Amino acid sequence: MRQASITVKQAGPLALIQDAGRFGVGHLGVTQSGAADWISFRWANWLLGNPLESAALEIVMGGNLTLETDATVYLALAGADLDARLDDKPLAVNAPFTLRPGQALTFRQPRAGLRAYLAFPGGLEAPVVLGSRACTTREQLGGLYENGKPLQLNDRLYWQGASVTPRRLPASAQLPIPNGRCLLPMVLGAQAAHFAGRSLYQLFNQPWRVDQRADRMGIRLTGQALESKVSGVISEGIPLGAVQVPPDGQPIILMNDRQTIGGYPRMGAITPSACALLSQCLPGTEVWLQPVSATQAQVSHRLQLAEWR
Amino acid sequence: MKLRLETAAMDALTVRLFDEIDERNMGWIMAADTALRHAFNDALIDLIPSYTTLLVHYDCQRMTFVEATSRVREALKGLQPADTQQGQLHEIPVWYDASVGPELPAVAQGAGLSIEQLIARHCGHDYCVFALGFAPGYGFMGLVDEDLATPRLKTPRRRVAAGSVGIAERQTAIYPLLSPGGWNILGRTAVPLFEYAKRGEPLLRPGDKVRFKAISQAEFEAAGGDTTPLEERV
Repeated sequence: MRQASITVKQAGPLALIQDAGRFGVGHLGVTQSGAADWISFRWANWLLGNPLESAALEIVMGGNLTLETDATVYLALAGADLDARLDDKPLAVNAPFTLRPGQALTFRQPRAGLRAYLAFPGGLEAPVVLGSRACTTREQLGGLYENGKPLQLNDRLYWQGASVTPRRLPASAQLPIPNGRCLLPMVLGAQAAHFAGRSLYQLFNQPWRVDQRADRMGIRLTGQALESKVSGVISEGIPLGAVQVPPDGQPIILMNDRQTIGGYPRMGAITPSACALLSQCLPGTEVWLQPVSATQAQVSHRLQLAEWR
Repeated sequence: MKLRLETAAMDALTVRLFDEIDERNMGWIMAADTALRHAFNDALIDLIPSYTTLLVHYDCQRMTFVEATSRVREALKGLQPADTQQGQLHEIPVWYDASVGPELPAVAQGAGLSIEQLIARHCGHDYCVFALGFAPGYGFMGLVDEDLATPRLKTPRRRVAAGSVGIAERQTAIYPLLSPGGWNILGRTAVPLFEYAKRGEPLLRPGDKVRFKAISQAEFEAAGGDTTPLEERV
């Protein structure tokens, strides 16, 4: 019997195969990649009973991405509300569902959040490159054809498992979808000393706006400019969520597809959960940075991970 | 070497050993890399050495911030520099030509040299690979003769061809894959750096040495080089 598959009938602006990311290869110059909103990504897999880091589809914006199947399949959708429809019927986010031959699954436009995660039985099939299936456009790595290309018209998706154990989202689950005031916890770094004292105050005491210049590499925030006493430092390794400040004083938060080393001064880094939330913010969203100690942040992070136990 | 530990993120520490770029740092950075890999073992998520620092990304489910800090101090106690003579010497053939190296004339002019003299100067020095980063397999090398030092382009190019050899200030590098870039491009090599990186075996590693060798267009093409000019002029 032919293996069941899903075909891309219309490609949206950006849909990428993602897993947890590419780790242990940063010293080769290879970026981390992986699902930007790793929390929703994990919930999508959880809803199908998959291992939590199974490869799934990260769908950005929607833009009429249309998928069709040649066999009945159980899928799960979590994260942003992209006005997903089964034929013309609205589809609930954060739940498993059945897609049948002849039905069209479409993602129209963001109504809340920016990235939706579509999980497949046992995870999507794709070649493993440097330990991961993550599709990294800038590095031409991973994805269906190992060239980092996003999903294209007529691409066929296959999955690894035959059966699923669908679950309901627990009432306690909190998905990082912006709703009102967005707080981004941030650990101050040693380089904060490069900045004027007033800038340290401004960092945490003014609203920042998510700029149009935002992608999986970095998200620019705009507000009253921060003032660094140095224009650059000797290039060094950059962690996820790093708050780097180029000479124009408008910070850029470095995300999953960031360059591995860089030389702009940095004020610290927002936490992984804050990165998930920021990755769901549309341009124009107001966000506030909130200082947190590394120890406090780790405690919250462990509590977050305990959600899936 | 003076060890300083800095918070970089919730689960990442910057281990700072030096304040200046210097070839003599490399033995220490390489020794620290080995010691930290060994000390963190399974709790290590990523370790990114650079010119003067190493970024340690550890698994905060396995150790706390305080434990990670003391693990680093413990691991680097009594550190001795690694033998940098162990690094490989790579000879990289480059076709230096204005059609694939649009800044060749400008950099020569800026240095007060003829194009032939500039090529001889760029090839006349073994460069140390200081760090890998920016793109898979991209090696930051130096130090370029002070006379040749040229600032980055004011506006980076949207695309620079794979194999492009460029300089920025006193650094030189090869672009492993087609990417945006702001370095001054002097020529192109057919050596497939990205293919190595994609297999997890980058050709260039920190501590290695690189010697560029000027070749003709015919030799470049025979090696499988692509002569298509890709860069917009600046």
